Amino acid sequence: MATIDPHAEEEFSGQMNLGLWRRLLRFARPYRLHVVGIVLTSLLAAGCDNLFPLMTGITIDGAINRAENDGAFPLARYAMIYGGLIIGLAISIAAFIFVAGRIATGVSHDIREAAFQRLQELSFSYYDRRPVGWLVARLTTDCDRLARIIGWGFLDVLMAGWMVLIASVIMFIIDWKLTLVMLVIVPPLTIISIYIKRRLLATSREIRRHNSRITAAFNEGITGVRTTKSLVREQENFREFSGVTHNMFTSSLANARLSAMYMPLVLTLGSVATALVLWAGGVQVIAGNLTLGTLIIFLSYSGHLIWPIGEMARVFGDIQMAQAAAERVMDLLDTEPEIRDSAEVLEAVAAMTVAGSAAARGEEQERIETIEFRNVSFAYAHGKPVLQDFSMTVRSGETIALAGPTGGGKTTIISLLCRFYEPTAGEILINGLDYRQRPLHWLQSKLGVVLQSPHLFGGPVRENIRYGRLDATDEEVEQAARLVNAHEFIVGLDQGYETDVGESGGRLSTGQRQLISLARAVVADPQILIMDEATSSVDTRTEQLIQSAMETVLSGRTSFVIAHRLSTIRSADRILIIDGGRIIESGNHHELIQSRGRYYDLYTTQFTRQHEDRIIGLGGNEDAAGAS
Amino acid sequence: MILKRARTFWELIEGQRIIYVLAMVALLLVILAQYMPPLVQKFTIDIALRQETADLERATPMQKWFNELGLSAVDLLGGAESLRSNVWIAALLIVLLAMTSGLFMFLRNLWSALAAERIARKLRDRLYDHLQHLPVRYFDKISTGDLLQRCTSDIETMRQFMSSQLIVIGRSVVMLVVVIPLLLSMSGPLTSVSMLLVPVIVIYTVLFFSKARSTFKAQEEAEAAMTARLQENLSGSRVVRAFARQDFECQQFGERNTAYRDRSFRLMRLLAFYYPSTDMLTMTQIGLVLFYGAYLVGERAITVGTLWAFTFYVGHLLWPIRQMGRTLVEMSKAFVAMDRLHEILHQPREEMEPPTAPATTTAAALPTGPASGGISAHEAMRETIQGVDTQPAARATGGATAGGSAGQEQQSADEGPMAPLRGEIVFERVSFHHEQHHVLKDVSFRVEPGQTLAIVGPSGSGKSTIIHLLLRFYDCDSGRILLDGQDIRQLGRHYVRSQFGVVLQEPFLYARSVRDNIRIARDGARDDEVYEAAEVAAVHETITQFEGGYDAMVGERGVTLSGGQRQRVALARAILKVPPVLVMDDALSAVDTRTESMILSALRQRHGQRTTLLIAHRLTTLMRADRIIVLEDGQVAQSGTHDQLVVQDGLYRRLWQIQSALEQDLSEDIRQARPSG
Repeated sequence: MATIDPHAEEEFSGQMNLGLWRRLLRFARPYRLHVVGIVLTSLLAAGCDNLFPLMTGITIDGAINRAENDGAFPLARYAMIYGGLIIGLAISIAAFIFVAGRIATGVSHDIREAAFQRLQELSFSYYDRRPVGWLVARLTTDCDRLARIIGWGFLDVLMAGWMVLIASVIMFIIDWKLTLVMLVIVPPLTIISIYIKRRLLATSREIRRHNSRITAAFNEGITGVRTTKSLVREQENFREFSGVTHNMFTSSLANARLSAMYMPLVLTLGSVATALVLWAGGVQVIAGNLTLGTLIIFLSYSGHLIWPIGEMARVFGDIQMAQAAAERVMDLLDTEPEIRDSAEVLEAVAAMTVAGSAAARGEEQERIETIEFRNVSFAYAHGKPVLQDFSMTVRSGETIALAGPTGGGKTTIISLLCRFYEPTAGEILINGLDYRQRPLHWLQSKLGVVLQSPHLFGGPVRENIRYGRLDATDEEVEQAARLVNAHEFIVGLDQGYETDVGESGGRLSTGQRQLISLARAVVADPQILIMDEATSSVDTRTEQLIQSAMETVLSGRTSFVIAHRLSTIRSADRILIIDGGRIIESGNHHELIQSRGRYYDLYTTQFTRQHEDRIIGLGGNEDAAGAS
Repeated sequence: MILKRARTFWELIEGQRIIYVLAMVALLLVILAQYMPPLVQKFTIDIALRQETADLERATPMQKWFNELGLSAVDLLGGAESLRSNVWIAALLIVLLAMTSGLFMFLRNLWSALAAERIARKLRDRLYDHLQHLPVRYFDKISTGDLLQRCTSDIETMRQFMSSQLIVIGRSVVMLVVVIPLLLSMSGPLTSVSMLLVPVIVIYTVLFFSKARSTFKAQEEAEAAMTARLQENLSGSRVVRAFARQDFECQQFGERNTAYRDRSFRLMRLLAFYYPSTDMLTMTQIGLVLFYGAYLVGERAITVGTLWAFTFYVGHLLWPIRQMGRTLVEMSKAFVAMDRLHEILHQPREEMEPPTAPATTTAAALPTGPASGGISAHEAMRETIQGVDTQPAARATGGATAGGSAGQEQQSADEGPMAPLRGEIVFERVSFHHEQHHVLKDVSFRVEPGQTLAIVGPSGSGKSTIIHLLLRFYDCDSGRILLDGQDIRQLGRHYVRSQFGVVLQEPFLYARSVRDNIRIARDGARDDEVYEAAEVAAVHETITQFEGGYDAMVGERGVTLSGGQRQRVALARAILKVPPVLVMDDALSAVDTRTESMILSALRQRHGQRTTLLIAHRLTTLMRADRIIVLEDGQVAQSGTHDQLVVQDGLYRRLWQIQSALEQDLSEDIRQARPSG
């Protein structure tokens, strides 16, 4: 299975892919009016901004007129116009920040929502190849980055464009020759800006890569400190770390050197423009062809022209850098779920709903009577086959215990049953009908699942139990908790049922999480209970609570249990020993003990281990040492 | 508080102080060079273009002097007439000045970045090294996430402060200092008008950013809440599917997503107010200068060139001033970061060498040895490490590495009295407290060289603590621990730890290849030695089945190992070290019984009679030991051989009795099954 390399995130994809951006732009469609708003307000802002040099020139000419000829100098009127420009500028800036902010936050929100919904539909085969952290980064940093370009990048380019355009037009009208002299610097400025910004992108990517290595090294240094000490590795580790920070230093310095160069170059080019204007314009002033005010207008514009070009270079760099993000997000949005209701099923459901809600409800309420695996084979993508020609039939009310070595195929059987995956060959029949011919929701709403590592969601205990059935009343929630012996400890928590369990249930012990996930399954009152018994150690007292809870939950319910506890195994109606993707032995406890095969060995080992654990004060069994 | 911070800061920039001074000089030169072109323009306008001279009747001596200076500069360039016919001279001057300021700007940026990056690197190295040398006790208390946060984002905050914020502040101050006299030498009244709104702008920005903090924070919190839900949804995706809760999840996530959007937008709204309002203040200030100046020009109180220079200077001054408000607020963040880093760096380090070295020669060779701890010792260590960088790995075998001194001294330390242990371990009335709990009380036992001692006891009875004390992760409160008859506290942590091959209860594997994870115990071990160790640990087969075999990466980027596989890789690592004493802390708990007994036999065969200490609770493991200790509530409840213990009432016998319970259980099952079957 090819997993995605988390460090390879910032890969450049070379050519600019316009089609990709066009497709992404559909997310901007709801904000069409805002886009128009940006175009107008940025035009207004650029216009106001460019009128300031003009006003300065006019005012100075007026002042000179007054000083030399005692002529008219309507200072108050000029000041009022100037004030008006300030207000106009302020209002237009406020407006475009507002509008661009709305687009950026809105688009980011919308992409994220679409991506989240898509993730809810995608099959586990998609998840298998992508670490959770990687997916999270797609929906956070990538979405924000794309939205930033669609909102702010657009604004910046637009604003810069207006600035250059308006200034050039005004100057052209006043004196086109002097304007041409000044615009000489634009081509070299553009080239230098693009070149340096590009190189900066490359080095900053390198810095980010080193940075994630440093973080990883610190993390290792902290979590592995005891092992490091016991291996007396402090110096070697430090030497390696020092190598990483050295690389970081080198890249950072390369980056700093480039960015230290950029400003001086740009400013020098800007001064060339100023100098050219002063020279060419000064000669004209002396010759009497140009007023001093006009020269001053040009001198001001020469300083105005540099920044917009730098800005544009930056945005184009950003777009290029975000290309990889755009590809990843679009790829996520374009991936079709492998497991979904077929067209026929959707049609049938639609027809049913039209025909009458009674029939639909009848279908919805159909109880599961039999489950049959018929010659089922399964292999994960690019993997070896896990199940081969597997068959079994289970009737309503039976408890099936699955046992056998790790990797034998137990978990796969359960995943197939839940339709997290579908068989690669053979079929799974429910009440005699292939489950691919039924709605996905129909099956999954009838299942209750308790997984090996009980996953809770941050929030109150009560809401976590209610997750099993959203319309369960508080009484029902507490009743379920009582049934699985969880009520007592929950009431003992700081705020009882309202206690926040912390992120992923982190504030509770493993045993407590197990009990709550049992209660969650109970409150769902599922027709089929599917359980992967936890193997992590809990203390003896909690272990006893869990054991008796399990008995209550399983009795009389169709259940599939990957069993580790002796009590669970023994009370099962049927025990299947699974190894190499096949059933090796099958029967109830007494039958299998008598046949003295694999189950006998398994049972005796497990018996010893579980009793040893109990004497030591642990309730767990194999795989007791959790992952560190 | 401020003084203390200033001192910390001063310490932090140690070694980079000269560069900072250089950067500041460059900064000053940049500003001086940047302030020249407007003057060139002024004098060009006044003298060459308008042939106007300032009215100096009411001028201050400073203004007169300044004007003289300008005139003599003009003379130097050939006089007003020549300038008038050669305007290009002024133009060239402007470009030259810009190049000069550009050069110094480059140097300023480069030097401040150089200093900041060096400081950041030093801080990272120091922090990492320090963390490695902090006692285990420190890590018992802290949260990994918090510590990691400090190591990464706090350093980044400091770096940014050192490289850019410091410059912003310095620049604003220098600008004010340079520009005010400059303005005063042109016009007093216009100068006072120019400075009218400067304090207002500074105060406004500072107030704004301190007030806006709550909005920034609200946005960050909303983002964190959204990310948390996303993370939970993805890692719990099987639960979501199993209960068919996709719609519910979309709604839950949607709420947080919308909250994040709205919070972000509220921040935007705030900025949509802030930026235009400071723009207004800035433009108003420039407008005041322009119109009051124009009025003065009209009254012939100042020249046009002066007015032009004023508008330039004021405009130029206001942008950094606007930035300064934000920088001052950010600075407080940098100080918080500095305090937090400082707190870690001042935790006392573990002393790696004995207080009085057993061999006087070693002590003499290490006058400023690492035993003195603290930062100076650390510095010495960094020097040596950097010096040694190019040398081949100093430590070829599992010998002791002297704390900070690589090189020759260490070799002598290895030979002399620091020979490998024979492996005799004696606990004499050892007691130990941890956070006010009695963990061990009066524990005494003795392991002869070559013997295997097994320790068994209920969870929480203090078994692991015995191992932690042996490794000197902690030191006992009373009693003593002897290795080959020497008190462990006299031996030095490095030496002691290098004598044990340890497999901890939750073994840690490094994010590198499986091969390197094993070889880490003995740099320079050959591949076949690595394979052999893996075979003894019964993990060779498993490893070869990984994609990439021994070169498979451990962790997120490669294979995920099960608990049992981790334990066995860690065991292979301990075996490769060929230690005098092998210590296993419940190290095979996740390995199945058959494999476990294979491993134990292989170990015995290969290692012969090597001292082994193992914590276990499987009878099959315990039975193999020469002697067994039963630990209860931190005290030795029983001790003896298997044969002795099975006849005593106690925990060990209860373990033993499981077998007969099993037989009974089975025979009952068979009896029950008969009638039905």
